[in-house]
Amino acid sequence: MIKEGSHQINREESVISITGLEKSFDELEVLKGVDFTLYRGENVAVLGKSGTGKSVLIKIIVGLLKPDAGEVLVLGRQVDKLKGRELDALRLRVGFSFQSSALYDSMDVYQNLAFPLTMNKKNLTKAEVDHEVKEALDAVGLASKINEMPSDLSGGQRKRIGIARTLILKPEIILYDEPTSGLDPVTSGEINDLIREVQERYNTSSVVITHDLTCAKHTGDRVAMLLEGRFSKVGSFESVFASEDEQIKSFYNYNFTT
Amino acid sequence: MSKPGSRPYLFTRTIDSFLTGLSDAFAFTVRFFKEAFLPPFHVREIINQSFEIGLKSLSLITVTGFIIGLVFTKQSRPSLEDFGATSWLPSLIGIAIIRALGPLVTALICAGKVGSSIGAEIGSMKVTEQIEAMEVSAINPFKYLVTTRVLATTLTIPILSLYCVCVGLYGSYINVHFEEATGIISFYQNAFSSVSFLDIYTSVIKSVVFGFTIGVVGCYKGYNATQGTRGVGMAANKAVIVSMFLIFLEEMVIVQVMNWFRHF
Repeated sequence: MIKEGSHQINREESVISITGLEKSFDELEVLKGVDFTLYRGENVAVLGKSGTGKSVLIKIIVGLLKPDAGEVLVLGRQVDKLKGRELDALRLRVGFSFQSSALYDSMDVYQNLAFPLTMNKKNLTKAEVDHEVKEALDAVGLASKINEMPSDLSGGQRKRIGIARTLILKPEIILYDEPTSGLDPVTSGEINDLIREVQERYNTSSVVITHDLTCAKHTGDRVAMLLEGRFSKVGSFESVFASEDEQIKSFYNYNFTT
Repeated sequence: MSKPGSRPYLFTRTIDSFLTGLSDAFAFTVRFFKEAFLPPFHVREIINQSFEIGLKSLSLITVTGFIIGLVFTKQSRPSLEDFGATSWLPSLIGIAIIRALGPLVTALICAGKVGSSIGAEIGSMKVTEQIEAMEVSAINPFKYLVTTRVLATTLTIPILSLYCVCVGLYGSYINVHFEEATGIISFYQNAFSSVSFLDIYTSVIKSVVFGFTIGVVGCYKGYNATQGTRGVGMAANKAVIVSMFLIFLEEMVIVQVMNWFRHF
């Protein structure tokens, strides 16, 4: 067990294990043999240019897309082999925070959070649901927005509510899809801090998909660089960007010198 | 024949895409029947949707039904007067509204109002990842969004159709009353005197089929929306066009089938 900051990473227990993952769309090969491991309690930031298959990777992890080849084990279960209730049971343990937040725009903030809870835990009383919603909103610092509609929230607030909706089911793994995209640097910083707070408070393991190096540096215990359908470099932020690989260097330079 | 190097087609691109669409729509409808009979049933959502559908269409159906009854009576009067048969007016209107106009007008209004709204709502949820958000929260979006809406349209449109018949007959009564000073009871007795049980049964069957069609087409178009906001508009638009086309087709088939029954 390794203690990093105030969270603990268990490098003997993998929660996601991917080997030889391939995925194509028609003639376009997106993932060409991805190998990846996420350990319990760890955050891994997956970096890569747009269109390199970062989002495809986490959609396969949560069973929204089927792989063409390879093995994807999530919490010990092979995701593409699961169906119906077995897949639902796994999904309750894996949270997914969407790039667009994907809040239900016909529901207010309370209903957005209560909906997954009441649909999955039928025996909860109204008071218990209220308590859970309040706790999740407190965790993201937006308890005052409980009765607002998603359309009345700012981009950063929508991201936070999206994370709160993920947290309400108390997942063991959280997959963040571009958590800081479209946000100003200050709000991005707040979201980065929130991802770390969630990891420490709920002891979650996370995959953070991003092309924002500041986000990767702040949120990732390790960084994985996805280039041309494979992870070309995985390790600490410093070790990955110490690489002499031209593509990695240009990615770094573009982010930090422009 | 496809060009060398291009993607091979069984027939042509258009025919292949039409056949694929047809098979997808069939699979979608089969899935509806599978999901509709398995728990959970989301009864509250079905009631909410039924209420929404009823409320959305009620004012338009009231106005349209009333005007159709009134105008149809006005237009039919001169022809019947030529034969000295104005006393047959309530029967003629009764048959026309109950057998054909009531269910058809209601279905067309709902195809425009409800079908487009279902297509746009589900389409918008699809392109903004709200449907995927349900899936990853272990909620079956097909069951929650599609099954409930199709059941709601199938149950609500026959009720709206019955309401349209009542309002249409009342519109007709207003005209008859002012022209011939006929009482309301006498009018309704005459109107229903030539209507058989088979007419009412056919009318209900038609409304159920139309309601199901509007729900399935709206949901199918929305659920398969692509290309962002443009796709949402296209889904709403296609939901109306395809529903209306199918409604006329179904009207023709049901009338033909029921006429066979009538001759037995």
